[in-house]
Amino acid sequence: MKKIYLHEDAIISPLGFTTTENIQAISAKKSALKLHPNSRFENNNFYAGIIDNDLLSQAFLKIGDASKYTKLEQMMILAVDGVLKNRKQTNFQQLQLIVSTTKGNIDILQSNSNFPENRVLLSELANTVKEFFGFKKKPIVISNACISGGLALAVARRFINSDRFEEAIVVGGDLVSEFVVSGFNSFQAISNEPCKPFSANRNGISLGEAAAAVFVSKNREVSKNVSLFADSSANDANHISGPSRTGEGLYKCLSIALNEARLTPSQIDYLSAHGTGTIFNDSMEAVAFTRSGLQEVPINSYKGYYGHTLGAASLLESILVKHSLLKNTLFSSKNFEVAEGENPLNIIKDHKDSNLTYAIKTSSGFGGCNLAMVFKKEEDE
Amino acid sequence: MNKQYYISNFTSIKKGAVYNAKNKIFESELELNEIDLFLKEAYNFLALSYPKFFKMDRLSKLGILASEVLLKNESLESDTAIILSNSTSSLNTDKTHQESINQIVSPSIFVYTLPNIVLGEISIKYQLQSENAFFISDTFDAELIADYTNDLLAFEKAKNAVCGWIDLKNAEYDVFLCLISEEGDVPFTQKNLEQLYYFENE
Repeated sequence: MKKIYLHEDAIISPLGFTTTENIQAISAKKSALKLHPNSRFENNNFYAGIIDNDLLSQAFLKIGDASKYTKLEQMMILAVDGVLKNRKQTNFQQLQLIVSTTKGNIDILQSNSNFPENRVLLSELANTVKEFFGFKKKPIVISNACISGGLALAVARRFINSDRFEEAIVVGGDLVSEFVVSGFNSFQAISNEPCKPFSANRNGISLGEAAAAVFVSKNREVSKNVSLFADSSANDANHISGPSRTGEGLYKCLSIALNEARLTPSQIDYLSAHGTGTIFNDSMEAVAFTRSGLQEVPINSYKGYYGHTLGAASLLESILVKHSLLKNTLFSSKNFEVAEGENPLNIIKDHKDSNLTYAIKTSSGFGGCNLAMVFKKEEDE
Repeated sequence: MNKQYYISNFTSIKKGAVYNAKNKIFESELELNEIDLFLKEAYNFLALSYPKFFKMDRLSKLGILASEVLLKNESLESDTAIILSNSTSSLNTDKTHQESINQIVSPSIFVYTLPNIVLGEISIKYQLQSENAFFISDTFDAELIADYTNDLLAFEKAKNAVCGWIDLKNAEYDVFLCLISEEGDVPFTQKNLEQLYYFENE
């Protein structure tokens, strides 16, 4: 199967409304995670990465009427707009929109919503984005828990290879809604501090919201670019909410993806992990990475910067991997403090320059799903 | 040369009845809106012995029942992908969770507020450790599902596949699952997938 190239991209997050602003914030080690009021928690607050509604509306007003769109729709439309306005030419007849999300406009189920209930349907969300830009093709919608965004990239690659379409915009987004906050809190999964992925003293996730979008095609277009050239997903077949203790599905998809890439673990320059900050998830990943021979590879999680952005996470992080490769920079795994004794990993403790060619992005989610993708920086010799 | 794949078996569950390859194998006498009782009747009819079933939400129960009809006589390799789709995601359980938000929130309900949990439940029951994808479309998009399933098989991401539609709107359910493998008589094409789906919907 051939590679696809990642072209223009955009990130809408509390750290900024362009990819450049987001990378600058990460370079300055800023975090989106702040205290927000919520009576569900001790001290009546919790750490989360939430986009300011007024800033979002102000940004949206430059391209449309913010009152007609939900918060998530505004975020996704701004992300797609960010991609399109940096692109010289786009064929709106041929372009395929792929939308990934876990919960979409779930906040509409709250009794005080101004929007009709059918807007909660994910196909309506995708259609709203499509109609805003006047794309012709029916959007493809993927909802596969926390691997949704990355899986959407893999789906784009497979469809481009079978000539279903030539180019696509993949967009992913999710909100920090009371729906998910209450749910993760019922699992006692939310950290009372900003999340600390892979740190031995971690105690849960922080939630975050973001939308991310990227234009993909089989054409390289520019001399220096990043491609997705191998991918695999695999189910643990073990438990729907608890990660496999042996990291079965993640190990399996890493083996398949490395095999497809024809690479050995020692050739991988950088591993962008899922790293949510829960005890069980991060231990499972450490087991799978060690089984795969990737324990020496520099590894980070971006959750300390953004929190867990659910269906957007693995797309957002793939875009960060792309820029990491292009800049030859390894970004630190924010909030990592104490190394684990068992299955220790090579966690990136501080930003550093490094020659990078190959990177892996992994992701795992409820339902036992796992995903591994291999990226390559392509440049003329 | 590409291998030829077939729709080796298919099943549907709708309006109080369970079908296997066009044959009605079970019909309930309950009112159509008695979905929970119907799911239990179908479970008993299929002589399932899987206590975990009773902890699942309706969408996952439908998925397990349909998979049992489809897979009980098969010895599938773990390399079997599952590609399902629907229009409502997990909305039925989402509403249950939403109603509890201001009272006692249950993690065992919250975990079912994702459409792909049914893929996980089927994977656990039949030990399938392969590719999963859950697509959302307003109606059954045979072209999308056939194309993606074909891609996974043609690019050797999986050896077999279970694909189809599993929709639940309030108490109205519409399930159509197919087993795709190298064995069978009906070639796996978009047209055949569509015809088999609509056959049950006449």
